[in-house]
Amino acid sequence: MECPLPNSADTLAIRERRLPLLGGRGSGVLGKGLLGIYLTALVLLPIAALLTKAVSGGPGAFWREISSPEALAAIKLTLAASAIVVVVNAIFGTIIAWVLVRDDFPGKGVVNSLIDLPFALPTIVAGLVLLSLYGKGSPVGIDVAFTRAAVGLALLFVTLPFVVRSVQPVLLELDLSMEEAAASLGAGPLAVLRRIVLPSLMPAMISGVALSFARALGEFGSLVLITGDLPFKTEVGSVYIFGQIQNDSLPAAAAVSVALLLVAVVVLGVLSFVSQRQSRHVL
Amino acid sequence: MSISSAAGVGRARGAPASGSGHAGERAARARTLGVRSIALGYLALLLLAPVAMIFYRTFEHGVGQVWSAVTQPNAQHAFWLSLEIVAIVVPLNTVFGVGMALLLERGRFWGKGLLGVLIDLPFAISPVVVGLAIVLVYGKTGWFGDWLAGHGIQVIFSVPGMVLATAVVSLPFVVRETLPVLRELGTDGEQAAATLGATPWQSFWRVTLPGIRWGVVYGVVLTTARALGEFGAVSIVSGRIEGQTETLPLYVQDRFENFDLTGAYAAAVVLALLALATLLAMNLMTRRTRRRAQA
Amino acid sequence: MAIEVRNVDKRFDDFVALDDVSITVQDGALTALLGPSGSGKSTLLRIIAGLETPDGGEVLIGGRDVTHSPARTRDVGFVFQHYAPFKHMTVHDNVAFGLSVRKRPKDEIGARVKELLSLVRLDGLAKRYPSQLSGGQLQRMALARALAVQPQVLLLDEPFGALDAQVRAELREWLRRLHDEIHVTTIFVTHDQEEAMEVAQEIVVMNAGRIEQAGPPGELYESPANEFVMSFIGPVNRLGDAFLRPHDIQILPEDDASGEEALVERVVRLGFEVRVELKLHDSREIWAQVTRENAQELELREGQILSVRMPAPRVFAASSGSARPALRA
Repeated sequence: MECPLPNSADTLAIRERRLPLLGGRGSGVLGKGLLGIYLTALVLLPIAALLTKAVSGGPGAFWREISSPEALAAIKLTLAASAIVVVVNAIFGTIIAWVLVRDDFPGKGVVNSLIDLPFALPTIVAGLVLLSLYGKGSPVGIDVAFTRAAVGLALLFVTLPFVVRSVQPVLLELDLSMEEAAASLGAGPLAVLRRIVLPSLMPAMISGVALSFARALGEFGSLVLITGDLPFKTEVGSVYIFGQIQNDSLPAAAAVSVALLLVAVVVLGVLSFVSQRQSRHVL
Repeated sequence: MSISSAAGVGRARGAPASGSGHAGERAARARTLGVRSIALGYLALLLLAPVAMIFYRTFEHGVGQVWSAVTQPNAQHAFWLSLEIVAIVVPLNTVFGVGMALLLERGRFWGKGLLGVLIDLPFAISPVVVGLAIVLVYGKTGWFGDWLAGHGIQVIFSVPGMVLATAVVSLPFVVRETLPVLRELGTDGEQAAATLGATPWQSFWRVTLPGIRWGVVYGVVLTTARALGEFGAVSIVSGRIEGQTETLPLYVQDRFENFDLTGAYAAAVVLALLALATLLAMNLMTRRTRRRAQA
Repeated sequence: MAIEVRNVDKRFDDFVALDDVSITVQDGALTALLGPSGSGKSTLLRIIAGLETPDGGEVLIGGRDVTHSPARTRDVGFVFQHYAPFKHMTVHDNVAFGLSVRKRPKDEIGARVKELLSLVRLDGLAKRYPSQLSGGQLQRMALARALAVQPQVLLLDEPFGALDAQVRAELREWLRRLHDEIHVTTIFVTHDQEEAMEVAQEIVVMNAGRIEQAGPPGELYESPANEFVMSFIGPVNRLGDAFLRPHDIQILPEDDASGEEALVERVVRLGFEVRVELKLHDSREIWAQVTRENAQELELREGQILSVRMPAPRVFAASSGSARPALRA
């Protein structure tokens, strides 16, 4: 016998992968072609144009654009705000997911649905909504309009669902018997949390954090109204880019766009790597 | 030490904490309540209060003002333009999404990973950057600028551009929601259909599509919500020409900048109501799929 | 329709699923493809169905070369291991599927479905959905669905694997009776040798992508071609290179010491049959199969020392045990 026998599950898996695509010969090619054209027109070409424009003046020009004082300030603010917001989300998002899965109270279903509100609500409306409560004329006397706190507030709002929705399903599937075993061995609730639960949730948390971060980096609509877009004070990267486009300084806009994109790619790559290493042990 | 403390941390679906000591029970209850308050408090401050506030502010001065704001010609135009764009974008992205999901799941070719990244890219990019990229390709000075101008096609500063921008930002949803459902469905049904004499098209239409329909519908709901609420990319691409290329979200900003708070709030409330309707649809659908999974 | 498979090869990446396999199935026969997991039996079935394409060789159905024809042109009915029901359709629509895809008129479909549901004893369940049926009912629906288009060949892939013992037994019986009524060429795949022996007229024993032996059940049992077939079909004692059937071992009464000495280690009562685990004087362990009456007569108990008589055990020439594929009708 030349080869080891896989079990029939393996054979089945191999078999599944090799099933012919649903379309027959002719329609298959046409269909794939159309899909390809659509994707190219919508994503591939625009991205290519963006990258091209960003480096059109050479690496020197690229560097100059992103290190101009205003650009730099905007990028720094974006990175700092996103980082802080993401940490807050990691903590509160997990707590909220915990309460939604493990706790029970009247109206839980409604609360659960409302978590998705930042997904469904247009960003401009989100900004307006926060402004009405925490801006000028606020009934509770909190006015953060035109301050950096407003940046944080808006970002917290729009990134709320990511960690929650990432952690929830994992928490739901979590095997309670692990916690019970730990408790029977003498671990108090805090220890169980720290040593059993959180490590199991880590990959999901990291995944949620990654999504939040990417979203926060690029957020625009919710920030325009409440932050006032003040350069060097409350102007974030996306607003800066917008301004440059208005001024027809497309290379500058493209340069900063690509810079932020690179940051996103690097951070997401690192987080993905870390997450995979974590899940290898947990799963 | 006792299992009751674990029960306090564990599931408490209305059942009383099984406990040995009363002190342990009380501490557990206190912990539960504490955590609950933190979560709910955070949500109240960040989410609920502001949303409630806007409804209050809008209707503060009576429904009459709101009604007149909503029936302004520019408001009406913005509303219908938004719907028109959604009506074009959603079917396009749905067909694309289902086709892509089939390709990624059932097809065999090199470069699937790259394809997946490309499809997810709109998620990772700021909408402003999407707008910029579209201008760089389809704008006057863009890659296709001359060709388009030569054929009399206006993309930027007009509705086609807005449709394009909206399509890009809402691209990934149907694919992402359909893919796992397609994977779970498996190929048995399609194979059975083949042995029974169905052509690939018949098999797709009568077996595959019904099998994945909940994933597709959920993806459609998400796409619709995203398309309706799109702001950044459309803002750049449309030029925000009043009464012509303003969608409802752009209209909100327009009213706000013109110090017409009532108008802004009114339009915002319309969008908020549509968002709540979306939430309702999402809720109903997740409950239905969960019921199915238990069956 | 007779089926002929000639020198078929199939590989999945590095794994050789079928290696130069040839079989012939006569028109109207009821044949089993029997073998352990990974033997290639399901792959062979799927190649006959047209759900896989062989890397080499030919498949002929009714004399027609269908090697490269897609499944839907082959006129074969296929029943899947997990039934592959169309979950979003009623039982009626499931069964009607093949006919509706061929655009038959509605009343014709209605009549045929009714006839089939009656045949498989699922009358009255036409409006139900697959999720509301039991495993056995789903399997019968799958059969009705496959038979609806009057296929020339019926193929079943481990049809009873996912059912519990009682239902399995019933369905086996039922499949045989169905075949008596509708003489359609039928091939079914199984890893259960008892099932193959009970149901099939012909058995093709497969192992590691090759055919070990093909023939009627009796022949395979009495005259196995090699080690593999003998061990796979029927119970067996292995003594080095030699093989012995447990029921061939005769346990002599206490006062008869004319055979070989053996110690009774364990007596396992399985209803009608009794297994007696014995240790021979040279420490070799074998087990014998005796009837209930026999066991009672002998008053078998643990620790007993008895005499056993064994016929000459069977020894096979090649040690790896793979005979060349046999062409059988």
